[in-house]
Amino acid sequence: MSIDTKEIAPAPTGDLGGLAQGRSGLRTLKNSIAGVVIWGAFLIALIPLGWILWTVLSRGLSPMLDATWWQKDQSGVGAPGFDHNVRGARHAIVGTLMIALGTSVIAIPIAVMTAIYLVEYGRGGAARAISFMVDILSGVPSIVAGLFIYAIWVTFFGWQLNGFGSSLALVLLMVPVVCRSTEEMLKLVPNELREASYALGVPKWKTIVKVVLPTSFSGIVTGSLLGFARVAGETAPLLILAQYSQFLNQNLFSGNIAALPTLINTNLPNMAGDPVSADRVWGAACTLILLVLVINLIGRLIGHFTKVKG
Amino acid sequence: MSSSTGASLADELPDPDGRPPLRGDGAGTGRRGDRLFAGAATGSGLIVIAMVVLVGLFLLFQAIPAIGEDKVNFLTSRQWQVSARKFGIVQMLWTTVATSVVALVIAVPFAVAIALFLTQYAPKWLSGAAASLIDLLAAVPSIVYGLWGYFIVAPKFEHVQSWISDVFGWIPLFDRVGGVGGGTTIFLAGIVLSIMVLPIVTALTREVFNQAPMAHREAALALGATKWEMIRTAVLPFGKTGIISATMLGLGRALGETVAVLYILSSLPEGSKWTWSLFNGGDTFASKIANSASEFTPGLGTGAYVAAGLVLFVLTFLVNALARVVIERKKAFTE
Repeated sequence: MSIDTKEIAPAPTGDLGGLAQGRSGLRTLKNSIAGVVIWGAFLIALIPLGWILWTVLSRGLSPMLDATWWQKDQSGVGAPGFDHNVRGARHAIVGTLMIALGTSVIAIPIAVMTAIYLVEYGRGGAARAISFMVDILSGVPSIVAGLFIYAIWVTFFGWQLNGFGSSLALVLLMVPVVCRSTEEMLKLVPNELREASYALGVPKWKTIVKVVLPTSFSGIVTGSLLGFARVAGETAPLLILAQYSQFLNQNLFSGNIAALPTLINTNLPNMAGDPVSADRVWGAACTLILLVLVINLIGRLIGHFTKVKG
Repeated sequence: MSSSTGASLADELPDPDGRPPLRGDGAGTGRRGDRLFAGAATGSGLIVIAMVVLVGLFLLFQAIPAIGEDKVNFLTSRQWQVSARKFGIVQMLWTTVATSVVALVIAVPFAVAIALFLTQYAPKWLSGAAASLIDLLAAVPSIVYGLWGYFIVAPKFEHVQSWISDVFGWIPLFDRVGGVGGGTTIFLAGIVLSIMVLPIVTALTREVFNQAPMAHREAALALGATKWEMIRTAVLPFGKTGIISATMLGLGRALGETVAVLYILSSLPEGSKWTWSLFNGGDTFASKIANSASEFTPGLGTGAYVAAGLVLFVLTFLVNALARVVIERKKAFTE
């Protein structure tokens, strides 16, 4: 990498005034403009963040703060003789958490073991192929993941859709997030720790389980929480795979299951003339965004306060 | 620090202490515990490979019969009428690419500027918090972007759009089409997508700028360069390949983004006239599939959408693989 010195340091040619000033007016001006533009870009990028949070909180907070939001599902809504104004979202909140938990139970072990392979075992072509595939997986669009599970689950096997199918689709999206952050953490574990363990005659697998993993544990927790937050907010696969249900369903393996995104999607068409539907939509959006942001922040705080000291 | 965007350059760069970790160093003893554990680790890696391969194969095998029954050319027709067995992807391909390109044209300059802000301009106490704020944009669920874009931004954007049409309407891209009301156009979808891909492009660009050699930067300053000249001569050239690969990863995200586009973009009625205008509606691959999810029926109907999904998968695969190749080349060059 070479620096084009001609551009950055013009030789002073007799103009002592310029030399005394150090910089010509034009260069100073350019420098100031660049500074303003760069500060401006950052501040402009904060506008949508604030605007989105304000929109969602101002419209969604009031239905969310009502106790029925957390206590009731929407059993009977739409049937004659029932209260049509129930705003409860218990079924969707529980469903979202269950689907995301089901995803985590499968995705985290695969992701952590893959990261262990990449850092502790892998070398040569196999490691490069797996690392490449993790990158590809992190770029797979969520709708394709949903379509893939649909192609297996319904078209190929002819099974009934249930919550677990959604979990499986989300596994594809969660594995790369957890794998990459775990890999980063494992790399930060100092080699001296491994060497000390080997010197004591501890086998490699025990070194990994008892020395490497505990040292990087908080980092793995952080990665898992970030992955959880990502799949909890994911919508596209659920549109294909999770048939919405008005009822609380506590069985991931049978029947339709609601989730916050599908609650939004189901109530969306009725929003225009129906304030109750609008409340449900914005309430669910607010619940979803707060759930995701809180989990995300917890993950970041854990990562921030328990950094591996190299 | 790990980023919520799920992608990272970290494995491509040397460790902080400059030494790679011990790798396949023969510390395994060949005992049963070691063999089992190594097997589990390798097995997980193979599962990851299997996932990607299976996605490709399943989509391919279920797409082939549908494409075989297609009455129009799959790659060159604009018609998409599943009940009439006419599936052509041109309209969707155009909408997908147009929204994504608009997104990146807006997002990349911002991302580079913000990455420069985070690495060169922000005071130390602000830099970490500022980076987290940008990362928070990636944590906002895409359905929320969709609601916000459709209900809040689109009505306001309509005026901006008609002003652009008045002034720049002679450019085909900004032609006033009029078929779609309420500002729910390709252009707006692109703008919202640009906000969504901003964090990932910023995060990767930032990592590369952080790697710019301190010696180059100090040398530039010592020669009398202003801060901006130092950035232009020592930081930006070093980060060029990083910016390119970050752009492509962002493109991969934008191509496959579903729900935000589904909510914001108005579908076009069947048989609308072809136009290059960005002030037009349409369907991307992802939004078309999501929009039709309720009418999936086993057989050819689903097959057509699976074929569309396959095209999307291949597109994102190529874009991501290319990004990876660019990074690897850069790595080989700098080492």
